[in-house]
Amino acid sequence: MTEKLKQVIIDATGLERTLARLAHEILEANRGIEGLALIGIRTRGAPLAERLAKLISEIEHRGEVPVGILDITLYRDDYLMKLKTPKVRSTDIPFEINDRNLVLVDDVLFTGRTSRAAIDAILDYGRPARIQLAVLVDRGHREMPIQGDFVGKTVITSPGEEVRVRLKEIDNVDEVVLVETVND
Amino acid sequence: MNQVRFNHLLGLEGLSQEAITEILDSAEVFLEVLKRPIPSVPSLRGVTVANLFFEPSTRTKISFELAEKRVSADVANFAASGSSMTKGETMLDTARNIEAMKVDVVVIRHFAQGAPHFLAERINASVINAGDGSHEHPTQGLLDLLTLRHQVGQLDGLKVLILGDIAHSRVARSDIWGLKTMGAEVKLCGPATLIPRDVDLMGVDVTFDIVEGLSWCDVVIVLRLQMERQREGLIPSMREYLRTFGLTRLRLEQAGGEKIIMHPGPMNRGVEIDSDVADGPGSVILRQVTHGVAVRMAVLYLISGGERGIE
Repeated sequence: MTEKLKQVIIDATGLERTLARLAHEILEANRGIEGLALIGIRTRGAPLAERLAKLISEIEHRGEVPVGILDITLYRDDYLMKLKTPKVRSTDIPFEINDRNLVLVDDVLFTGRTSRAAIDAILDYGRPARIQLAVLVDRGHREMPIQGDFVGKTVITSPGEEVRVRLKEIDNVDEVVLVETVND
Repeated sequence: MNQVRFNHLLGLEGLSQEAITEILDSAEVFLEVLKRPIPSVPSLRGVTVANLFFEPSTRTKISFELAEKRVSADVANFAASGSSMTKGETMLDTARNIEAMKVDVVVIRHFAQGAPHFLAERINASVINAGDGSHEHPTQGLLDLLTLRHQVGQLDGLKVLILGDIAHSRVARSDIWGLKTMGAEVKLCGPATLIPRDVDLMGVDVTFDIVEGLSWCDVVIVLRLQMERQREGLIPSMREYLRTFGLTRLRLEQAGGEKIIMHPGPMNRGVEIDSDVADGPGSVILRQVTHGVAVRMAVLYLISGGERGIE
C-alpha cells in the first residue's frame, strides 16, 4: 500500500489560524477558563490539546488550562476482530474531572468510534459537567451519532481517501493532507 | 509497530526480551487503570476465562480472578477438591470438557511440571501457566520484573540474589530466566541440599555464604521455605535454617545496608525472613502483590486480542 498525495487541506500558517479560531470558540462556548480542561486523544490529539491550551491561556491571561492525555485502546470496539493486539499506551489525566467542562481534542473525526470510546473512558474517571469535542478535520462517514462541537475544517472525502494530519511535535512538519491509498 | 503475538504463556524460558518488555510496558498502563475511580476497562468483553486450580492457591487465584474481572472477561472457576477429579477424571478430560463450554483462555495451576504445556498442545484455548510443580510461575516472574523496573528503572546490570529453597521453587526458575533475559545478574544462595544441580546450565552463580551474597547484591528475592520439605530431611531444623540462611536485620547490616527486599509469599515470618526486614524500609513485598494484578491484566489482554486462530 502506498499513499498518493491528492491535496494539501491545511498548510502550516493555515493550521495556526485554525487553532487560534478554535481556541476562541472554546473560550466563548465555555465562558472563560473556569472549570475548563482539555483532553487530547492519542496520538495526535495530545499535541493539539497542548497547543490549544497554550493559545487559550494567552488569550485569557487568567492562568493555565489543565491538559490530559487519553489512550482509548482499552475501550476500542474492534479489539477482538483486529489481527494484532493493539499496543496500549499510557493515559495521564493529572486533575480531577468531576464537574469540569471537558473538551476532547482529536485530529480527525471520521466514524465517531474513537470519540465514543473516549467518552466511555472519561466516564471511568468521574462525572464531568459536560464533554465537548474539538477536531481539526471532520471528514464525514459517521457510524455513530456523534458530532464535533468545534471543527477546524470540514472536508468531503470518499472512503478510499485518508486525511493525514502531521504535526511538528511528532512528524516535524505542520500540515493536513488528503491522500489516496493505492494497492501496489 | 512490530507487535509480539502471544498464544500462550507457559514460561519465561525462551521468551524474548522484546516480548517481556512489551508485557511490562502494557502492565504499566494497567497499573494506572487500577488507580482510576473505576478500576476496570471493557477490553475483554465477550472473552471467557476458566481458572483451573489443581493445587491450592490463595493469592495467585485471587490475583488472576481480579485481573480477569478488571478487563471485563467472564470468569469460571474450577478447584480440584470437590470436583470430578476426585471421581477419577483425567486433567485432559477435565480441560476438554471445560473447553467444550466455549472457553477462550485457560489459567492452570498444577502440581505436575509441564501440565500447562501438555494442555496447550491439545486444546484450542490459550493457556496461561499459573504455576506448574517446581518448574515455572511466569506471571510471578513478570511481576517481580515489573516491581524491580519500577523500583530501580533499569533491569540491565542489576544484581539479584535469590535466597532459599531454589530446588523446589518455580518462582526461582521464572525469575532466573526473566532476569537473565533482561540483562540482570543472578546469584543463588541457600543450603546445598536445596540448590538444584543443574544451575550452571542456567548461567547463574551460587554462594553458600549469605553475607557474601548480600554484600554483592542490590536486590534480595527471599523464597518461602516449604514446610512440607522438612519431612524430606533436607534441612536440620527451622531454627537452624533461620540461623544460617534467614534474612535478618543483623545480616543486612553486616552486608553493608539496605537492599530491595522481595518475597513471593506466603511468608514464614521468623523462618526465611524476619518481621523487621519484611516490614522494613527496603521491602516491596506488598507492591509485588499490586503489580501482580496489573501484569496478569496485561498478559490476558495480549493473549486474547486479535482474531482467534490466526497468527
